[in-house]
Amino acid sequence: MNFLEDLQVGQTREFGSFTFTAESIKTFAREFDPQTFHLDEDAAKRSALFGGLAASGWHVASVSMGLRIRDAQRREAEAKARGEDYAAWGPSPGFRDLRWVKPVLVGDTITYASEVTDIRVSATRPGWGIMQASNTAKNQHGVLVMSFTASVFVPQRVTKG
Amino acid sequence: MTMTFEDFAPGPMGSYGPRHITREEIVAFAREYDPQPMHLDEDAANASLLKGLAGSGWHMGSLMMRMLCDGFLLDTAFLGSLGVNEMKWLAPFRPGDDLMLDVEVLEARGSKSRPTSGVVTLKCSMRNATGRAIAEMVMAIMVDRRADAATREVAP
Repeated sequence: MNFLEDLQVGQTREFGSFTFTAESIKTFAREFDPQTFHLDEDAAKRSALFGGLAASGWHVASVSMGLRIRDAQRREAEAKARGEDYAAWGPSPGFRDLRWVKPVLVGDTITYASEVTDIRVSATRPGWGIMQASNTAKNQHGVLVMSFTASVFVPQRVTKG
Repeated sequence: MTMTFEDFAPGPMGSYGPRHITREEIVAFAREYDPQPMHLDEDAANASLLKGLAGSGWHMGSLMMRMLCDGFLLDTAFLGSLGVNEMKWLAPFRPGDDLMLDVEVLEARGSKSRPTSGVVTLKCSMRNATGRAIAEMVMAIMVDRRADAATREVAP
């Protein structure tokens, strides 16, 4: 992954896409969000906000993370193959303004992307910075279904020793 | 009895749990949704800022949702969540932790777009058995008012 110095505000990246099947929606919901509108087609049809079997918002968000990490790991392997240094990113302190804008229904293919919105050097962790990014998820019709702003610790290329 | 919008008033709601966390579930979630070495492998985790194997922050959010469901949402005229105003991952959660979720109602207001419902803002604080704060989340959910909830229950 990139070092802090390689990042620029406005950089965008598409991580990948995921198609939500009924099976994947129900499997996640059974473990983490067992509401009828995430588990049962008939109940979901009668639900006020969804109108059909819909993925848990936490499922939609978690898939975003999985795609982001796999995309980063591909880039890391490519950098290694070129003999370049790569940065191991740290954990995230959190996110804000997560909006589940539209339901994600069975068969929807969601494409995830991110744009760097802020970069700063960490005041508390020498050698690290914090990147803030605006994350979006859009369905196959190009309609925004989810957005959030997340932060992550990113190492600086030269750490003070 | 099913809780409706009228049952939510600002103030402490309750504490839910404990929820015991295993290494297996931390690794299983991470394999699928957050395959970073610090969530999968002890040696890599020890070398990371987390200083030991810890669960994904998205796993934490999902666990909060499950504890809200078991705590009261499955017995609520709950229509869905609108979003999360803020999530703070304050400290790692680890295999063997017994997690408790403290829930407080911050605000309950009528919905402009759906007069039969209201929006309830919840503050959810997860702590481990030693009382250490693990994560804090402010979430907005939509809940039906009583009359509408009753109509819904008798509807075919």
